[in-house]
Amino acid sequence: MSKKVLLNSKEIEIILHRLACQLIENHNDFSETVLIGLQPRGSFLANRLGNILTNDYQIKNINLGLLDITFYRDDFRRREEPLEATNTQIDFLIENKNVVLIDDVLFSGRSVRAALTAIQSYGRPLNVELLVLIDRRFSRHLPIQPTYKGRQVDAINEEKVIVHWKEIHSKDAIYIDNK
Amino acid sequence: MKQLSVEHLLGIKYLNKNDIDLIFDTANHFKEVINRPIKKVPSLRDITIANLFFENSTRTKLSFELAEKRLSADVINFSANQSSVKKGESLIDTVNNILAMKVDIVVMRHPNVGAGVFLSKHVNAKIINAGDGTHEHPTQALLDSYSIKEKLGSVKGKKIVIVGDILHSRVALSNIFALKLQGAEIKVCGPTTLIPKYIESLGVGVETNIKKALEWCDVANVLRVQHERMDINYFPSSREYTQLFGINKQILDNLGKKITIMHPGPINRGVEITSDVADSDQSIILNQVENGVAVRMAVIYLLAQQIKR
Repeated sequence: MSKKVLLNSKEIEIILHRLACQLIENHNDFSETVLIGLQPRGSFLANRLGNILTNDYQIKNINLGLLDITFYRDDFRRREEPLEATNTQIDFLIENKNVVLIDDVLFSGRSVRAALTAIQSYGRPLNVELLVLIDRRFSRHLPIQPTYKGRQVDAINEEKVIVHWKEIHSKDAIYIDNK
Repeated sequence: MKQLSVEHLLGIKYLNKNDIDLIFDTANHFKEVINRPIKKVPSLRDITIANLFFENSTRTKLSFELAEKRLSADVINFSANQSSVKKGESLIDTVNNILAMKVDIVVMRHPNVGAGVFLSKHVNAKIINAGDGTHEHPTQALLDSYSIKEKLGSVKGKKIVIVGDILHSRVALSNIFALKLQGAEIKVCGPTTLIPKYIESLGVGVETNIKKALEWCDVANVLRVQHERMDINYFPSSREYTQLFGINKQILDNLGKKITIMHPGPINRGVEITSDVADSDQSIILNQVENGVAVRMAVIYLLAQQIKR
């Protein structure tokens, strides 16, 4: 088993700022935009981007929510391990808003499919974009592509992309693990 | 591993503390779901559930049906008074005929004690007991504990008095099991004729003075007098019952503290509880009803999780 560093904390920092700038380019003052982190892992990325936009680019009043997709997944009862739900925190309406779904790794696209269904419970968005930190491009099961991506990775299926956030792992880092 | 330790929900006595915690954690998520603009999730879209009610019910049946529909399950309903049961069909035959239509989960209320346990041994489906005679009503006890936890922060160490017809009440028995598992102190209060002889062996105190009981408790769960289950007169008159065990605003105001009032419904207003108490800010009766849907969603979801195709 070997673990290779794909991105270190400095590189992640640069990528996060670049993603934030791309968001600003498309969404101006964010008055009609909501950022939705997919629970559990997308929430770190969403919160980090929210902080960068607020603190470094002085964008106020960003609508940032966290969405749990457990009850919308298509692998309920098909997995060995039971699914465990996390909290949803969306205290605004998304009717006619530009929604940016945020997740750390885009792999099969099934989580995003579930999120697209789940988000409709909060209204009809004007449009939906997808932001991911890592896009594993040859592993998709569904026709879903990111609008914004941090880094594209051509990992084979057996390899695993592991994202560490300093909030829980003491430092930011992304690894590729081949068993 | 986050899974229930049981294959059916037949009674609280078959559950452990972890099961109850898991059901409550899951119910928290569903409570958020049922307060969204669109209150529905697609989790159970390939599951069919039969609601078999061999005894009358309004709120439990509606609550189960709504919980099932909010989870996107297909639902069929059956009431014994409009069915072949009247023509002499046995319980197993009735249920097997329904299961032949490819039903995965059966929610059953039955007047006979142990009907759910009996069924679970003879048919191939998940069974949820929605009340079996005077035995257990597990989902009611779960939603009662969930409502206490929501109101007071925890159940552990809280003093809870169950007032009324304990003898005929499946709600009382299930509540006692559930509250004990979570570490609450329990007393029952009612006419001695309506308190089971060996109730103290369950670790429950007995109080026959309503004022003393209310002074002692943090929560009073008030039960209905079940005239339909009474074959003899257990007390002289409803009026006397009300005078001795009825809860009114005056009694509550004289306690010197604010206790929480619960009632599983249906309420006999003016008998066990007056209208001003039932509708006061101390009452969480309507919260119980709302929580009932979330808790039942959690139970159905967790049992459905075990079904493998």
